[in-house]
Amino acid sequence: MSTLGSSSTTSTVPHLDVDPFAIEFFADPFPTHEVLREAGPLIYLDRWNVYGVARYAEVHAMLNDPATFCSSRGVGLRDFKKEKPWRPPSLILEADPPAHTRMRAVLSRVLSPSVMKQVRDGFTAAAEARVDALLDKRSFDAIEDLAEAYPLSVFPDALGLKAEGREHLLPYASLVFNAFGPPNQLRQEAIERSAPHQAYIAEQCQRENLAPSGFGACIHARVDEGEITAAEAPLLVRSLLSAGLDTTVNGLGAAIYCLARFPDQWQLLRDNPTLARNAFEEAVRFESPVQTFFRTTTREVELGGAPVGEGEKVLMFLGAANRDPRRWDQPDSYDINRRTSGHVGFGSGIHMCVGQLVARLEGEVMLSALARRVAKIEIMGEPKRRFNNTLRGLDSLPVTITPA
Amino acid sequence: MTAITFIHPNGRSDRVEISDGESAMQAATRHGLDGILAECGGNAMCATCHVYVDDGWLARLPAMGDEEDALLDGTACDRLPSSRLSCQIRMTLELDGLVLRLPERQV
Repeated sequence: MSTLGSSSTTSTVPHLDVDPFAIEFFADPFPTHEVLREAGPLIYLDRWNVYGVARYAEVHAMLNDPATFCSSRGVGLRDFKKEKPWRPPSLILEADPPAHTRMRAVLSRVLSPSVMKQVRDGFTAAAEARVDALLDKRSFDAIEDLAEAYPLSVFPDALGLKAEGREHLLPYASLVFNAFGPPNQLRQEAIERSAPHQAYIAEQCQRENLAPSGFGACIHARVDEGEITAAEAPLLVRSLLSAGLDTTVNGLGAAIYCLARFPDQWQLLRDNPTLARNAFEEAVRFESPVQTFFRTTTREVELGGAPVGEGEKVLMFLGAANRDPRRWDQPDSYDINRRTSGHVGFGSGIHMCVGQLVARLEGEVMLSALARRVAKIEIMGEPKRRFNNTLRGLDSLPVTITPA
Repeated sequence: MTAITFIHPNGRSDRVEISDGESAMQAATRHGLDGILAECGGNAMCATCHVYVDDGWLARLPAMGDEEDALLDGTACDRLPSSRLSCQIRMTLELDGLVLRLPERQV
């Protein structure tokens, strides 16, 4: 790591030659996260010519100042003001107030705590059935057979999707999250292969393709109330298809991986299954399935004690913030009794994950079903990592479970 | 220093110091108080910092926004006329001595 201070405007900001989108980085980001955090409150990444923040305080402050750190110029590396987005921008993720506010209100109501109460029993039954089926198998891949299979068994139905074509869902989500990254091989290949997935998604977002009582239909119903236009509704449905599945897959995968690696925490959960919800939340802090997002400065601003000009991209390391020792005691320990409130695994502020309640529901009912039915989870082979420019998670995790 | 009191379902009470501008939820979590989860960290997105405002205080609190109103429909324990989200109660001098009752559960 070198501190160059080559440009006058960034003379106090350490320049690092880290590529946070390289495969070697993804394989084990934690030592480098520490380097990024300790280098200073604001850093400059020469590889992609962007600023970065890796400490909790700066990440949290940026997330909560959307007027200065905007999303409408894209939350990936690309500046929508200068380059054409690869798809029509999201009306919620890639938008600022006041436009964002109206869209957010619609999705918040569609995925509200009271809606979660209505779907809770169904999600619970599906989790219990999934665990029973896995107990019959005993040995399986905790990613494909659990972390993917469970959300796939509840979320598309809750949305109201047709049965055909669902195999496009995970590849599309993977594409969306790869596309936030720089023009590396991960992004280029994802976009080259994107046409069939994009066509499927565009089709499923239409009102006539969504079952009457699902989340998708609820979004379209807001058109009748005059809250959104008929042209906006399909793009809001697209947001749920983009961000509602791969995120929970990686969140659940993280939780299973943690509980399998740390048997003392698994035992605590077995002894008290009501800790399931916090065990999931802590896994989201510990692994941070969504690792990074960018913002763009709307004006000259002081960040981490240094001036940053207008129109600069700043990369927020959510995963590093979630293990910042300035904010967390023993940040590298997975502790299911931890007070997790305030972690930025779901973001913070006006853009904080609108589907966080769905994620927590899925995580809670699955971990609770496991804790009540399974005595032991053992890792039986080398876990394989899946690489994505934004998402952190495994590709496979061979395990054997023993019934309680 | 101003303070507020949280009363647990079993009757036990905790008096916590709170700074001006801080939310009741923040004061509770800063003191490690059981009974306030605040899963969303104070963004008015989760309804897990639900409290029942003690008699006499309700009218003195800032008005409820539409988001908070909608979220309160989804609280784990019944919504009552005295229900509020503690992340939306910002401390002012006038609220010194505020009493909030905690529900049986938050999820």
